[in-house]
Amino acid sequence: MSEAILRVEGLRKVFGQAVAVEEVSFSLPRAGALAVVGESGSGKTTVARMIVGLDRPTAGRVTACGRDRSQPARSARERRRRGGEVQIVFQDPYASLDPRQSPAAAVEEVLRLHTRLDRGRRRARVAELADLVGLDERQMAARPARLSGGQRQRVAIARALAAEPRILILDECVAALDVSIQAQVLNVLSEVRERTGVAYLFISHDLAVVRQVTDDVIVMRHGSVVERGPTGQVLDAPEHPYTRLLRASVPGPGWRPTRRITQQAKQAKETR
Amino acid sequence: MSNPFGNRTSDLLDISGLTVALPLGGRHRTVLSDVSLRVGAGEAVGLVGESGSGKSMTARSIVRLLPAGAHTEGSIRLGGADVAALRGPALRDLRRRVPMVFQDPRAHINPVRTIGDFLTEALRAHSRTPRRAGQERAVRMLEEVGVADGRRRLRQYPHELSGGLLQRVMIAAALLTEPHLLLADEPTTALDVTTQAEVMAILDELRRERGLAMLFITHDLELAAAVCDRTAVMYAGRVMEVRASDLLHQHPLHPYTAALTAARPCLDRRAERLVTTAGRPLSAFEAPDGCPFATRCAHVRQRCHDTRPGLRPLAGGQVACVRAEELHQERAVPHE
Repeated sequence: MSEAILRVEGLRKVFGQAVAVEEVSFSLPRAGALAVVGESGSGKTTVARMIVGLDRPTAGRVTACGRDRSQPARSARERRRRGGEVQIVFQDPYASLDPRQSPAAAVEEVLRLHTRLDRGRRRARVAELADLVGLDERQMAARPARLSGGQRQRVAIARALAAEPRILILDECVAALDVSIQAQVLNVLSEVRERTGVAYLFISHDLAVVRQVTDDVIVMRHGSVVERGPTGQVLDAPEHPYTRLLRASVPGPGWRPTRRITQQAKQAKETR
Repeated sequence: MSNPFGNRTSDLLDISGLTVALPLGGRHRTVLSDVSLRVGAGEAVGLVGESGSGKSMTARSIVRLLPAGAHTEGSIRLGGADVAALRGPALRDLRRRVPMVFQDPRAHINPVRTIGDFLTEALRAHSRTPRRAGQERAVRMLEEVGVADGRRRLRQYPHELSGGLLQRVMIAAALLTEPHLLLADEPTTALDVTTQAEVMAILDELRRERGLAMLFITHDLELAAAVCDRTAVMYAGRVMEVRASDLLHQHPLHPYTAALTAARPCLDRRAERLVTTAGRPLSAFEAPDGCPFATRCAHVRQRCHDTRPGLRPLAGGQVACVRAEELHQERAVPHE
């Protein structure tokens, strides 16, 4: 795909003896949304950290906006440029904001660093971003402690968008939110993508949320990609046994939880 | 005390008009308001709600694990006995008969004691089971919850076990004391989906085998529907609706339940936009005087602000909404 905004090729990460990520390749088109699905230990967050530059790949290439970012940035300027290309929003909205900084100041700080807007324009842009994620003026002036989890997560998204990234990595960004707030944030994400053309790498374990937000999906297990394809297709007709297991583990109408690994234990009990 | 909603005498747990206020920021604030809920012997009841809805506080009230300084009104009867009157050994006995499994097992297990110590402590303290016999029982119980190699596990420490394994150890510990009622507070929320399915299967199976009743607290309506006979939906410290789980999920009576169901994305199709409710979930002390959901409800009328609706019977369940009958009728007639 020539219009890929993000391309990952043969990515590998080894921590000591443990292989966390093995031969992971994918590409994310402009304004696209790609889900990375997997359980704990699947390597999905490590992939995200390597793309942002928080971890250095053992092998493989990460290309964002046509530029290689597999090696650490050599200058502050280069780091800032990379920051302007890829931003990340983490799961815990309580841990990712400075408790003494108002949301407006947090967003303004990013604008000062990443744009050449003057003071007045920056203020206008803060208001625009607040509007985009659905926060009012009072909330933007409040301390994070006074905001709910959903509001904080919207601040984190607004702050990430302030750098005008082409790629936004969302790492389990709605997992900690209440159902009704989660729906609000998911709608915000859909609107933001439509209006700004930012591409999403959406890391999640929640298949229903993935269906709502993404176009394509890769399924990871033990550091490798086991299945990939359009989200609807993969979820409706999963081919890999692991994807099927994931799909079958989601509670829904008529769902009955089943024992898997423990079948042996049960048999042992019955034969005793 | 007579019960306006039925005359079943087999109720194991009967919570009636429970109101709890906790000292927060220098004054007492209501966190539960007039909660009434029953759990029959062997019955699984789901308690569903968002943060601050009071679902965990309800469970904690049952075993008297509320924070210090809590003011409590109303009554909680367990097997006919008034929980508030229990003292000393009787209270310890209650907690043994009604064990609780929490969301984060790591926060509720002593990290410097072995799994074996943890599992056999209650047995040795309560029933004076000899050490070796206690260990035998612990190993058998671990096997039942799907933990193989129990003898080795008994010698291990909590940090050596994964979250899924540790939660199974917690369930084993809860079942070892031969309880009547299990309080499960989001026991699978911190687990991976495939592990969740397995832990739920184990809970469900062992519960049915033993005729054990369960109060299952979760934020996940669909999970509650899958494993519970009835589900109660809480909002702002109040019970909004109680019904058979499948009915509640498919044809919610209360606008709040309907909003919860609509907000959750669907695994089978993508919605153009998710149906959202403005605002955020409220705590009991923040809720308005009338219906606590009135400020966010799409079906609100003036009378919703005027009076606070109590639970009343409708369509085989109970609902706390003044417009429930009309809305129920409207939904029965398909819209064009």
